[in-house]
Amino acid sequence: MHRYLFWFAGVIAAGASLVGPLANAAHTSFSFHMTGHLLLGMLAPLLLLHGKPLTLVMRGLPTQSARRLSRLLNSQFIAVASHPASTALLNFGGLFILYRTDLFVLMHQSTGVYALVHIHILLAGYMFTWSILYTDLTAHRHSFRLRAAVLVVALASHKVLAKLLYAMLPAGITTSDGQMGALIMYYGGDVIDLALIILFCYSWYKATAPGRITRAV
Amino acid sequence: MASKKQEIADETARKLQKQNFWSGVLFGIGSMAFVDEVIFHQLLQWHHFYDLATPQIGIFADGLLNSFAWVAAIGGLFMFADLRRRHAVRLRYWIASVLMGAGGFQLFDGIIDHKVFRTHQVRYQVELWPYDLSWNLFGAALLIAGVFLAKSAKERRSA
Repeated sequence: MHRYLFWFAGVIAAGASLVGPLANAAHTSFSFHMTGHLLLGMLAPLLLLHGKPLTLVMRGLPTQSARRLSRLLNSQFIAVASHPASTALLNFGGLFILYRTDLFVLMHQSTGVYALVHIHILLAGYMFTWSILYTDLTAHRHSFRLRAAVLVVALASHKVLAKLLYAMLPAGITTSDGQMGALIMYYGGDVIDLALIILFCYSWYKATAPGRITRAV
Repeated sequence: MASKKQEIADETARKLQKQNFWSGVLFGIGSMAFVDEVIFHQLLQWHHFYDLATPQIGIFADGLLNSFAWVAAIGGLFMFADLRRRHAVRLRYWIASVLMGAGGFQLFDGIIDHKVFRTHQVRYQVELWPYDLSWNLFGAALLIAGVFLAKSAKERRSA
């Protein structure tokens, strides 16, 4: 039951950033754009992940297809793509490209680019959250130490980008609106980071319980 | 056979003592960063989110330090919880480690962050050196208090 709730809360968070009043305001205001970005790229992935969609798919599929899916998940490609370092690069590297090149201006001129960018933000956010927390089914596991290191660097790059934005805004944004947006990105990001870090540490706490056989990573 | 058992017990004890130390140090680092944020950024507003004069390397170093401090504070507390459920908390030694972590962080912030990377200064539009001096002396005092407390905790245990 709680998985339903998480999933629908995630859908609502993503939906709120894409349609409705917030999305409309985001076209003209950078602060609202950034609020939507936090919902779509950070909060929605965290909620959706706790709906454990992959576990559900694996259980629901007929054996033959489930085997095929599991072969795919175990493949070399997924091993590389789902490595925490790659998902972090995909997620935060994408953000640097969005805000530090002309892509941000381009995005507001073309619907196609707009759609692609937003799909990327949601998916990259999801992949990153998944590769750090492992809440859902995970084929390729990495040590807590490695994931903690990636987490620190990734969250740092989010903070760095927020400060760079504060100093140098993309074209066509007023200073006060842009600086407010950068502050929202920094401190709003902190709040969701906090949830992410607590969940990550809690998973360590559970995994290292005394008397529990250490799981092969 | 008995000595083998003793060896394993010693090894576990060493590991748990190390965990006491690291749990305290990490929590100390994290809580000091938090205190800095609340007192100097939010309440006094001596230094800010970003002063627009910080070089790029400073922004990067500061971001890394801040996100590490978040993870350290929470990770340190979870390690403490782990020690509790193993009945292995050594409170004096742990508090000493917190002091060492907090003092070490304060010194690092004061010397490396403020002076080497020049991320930001303690305060603006004032004579800076008294602020720098008290900032770093406070850090050193915490660090030294931590070292002495750790020593006394060790002596009490072996006595």
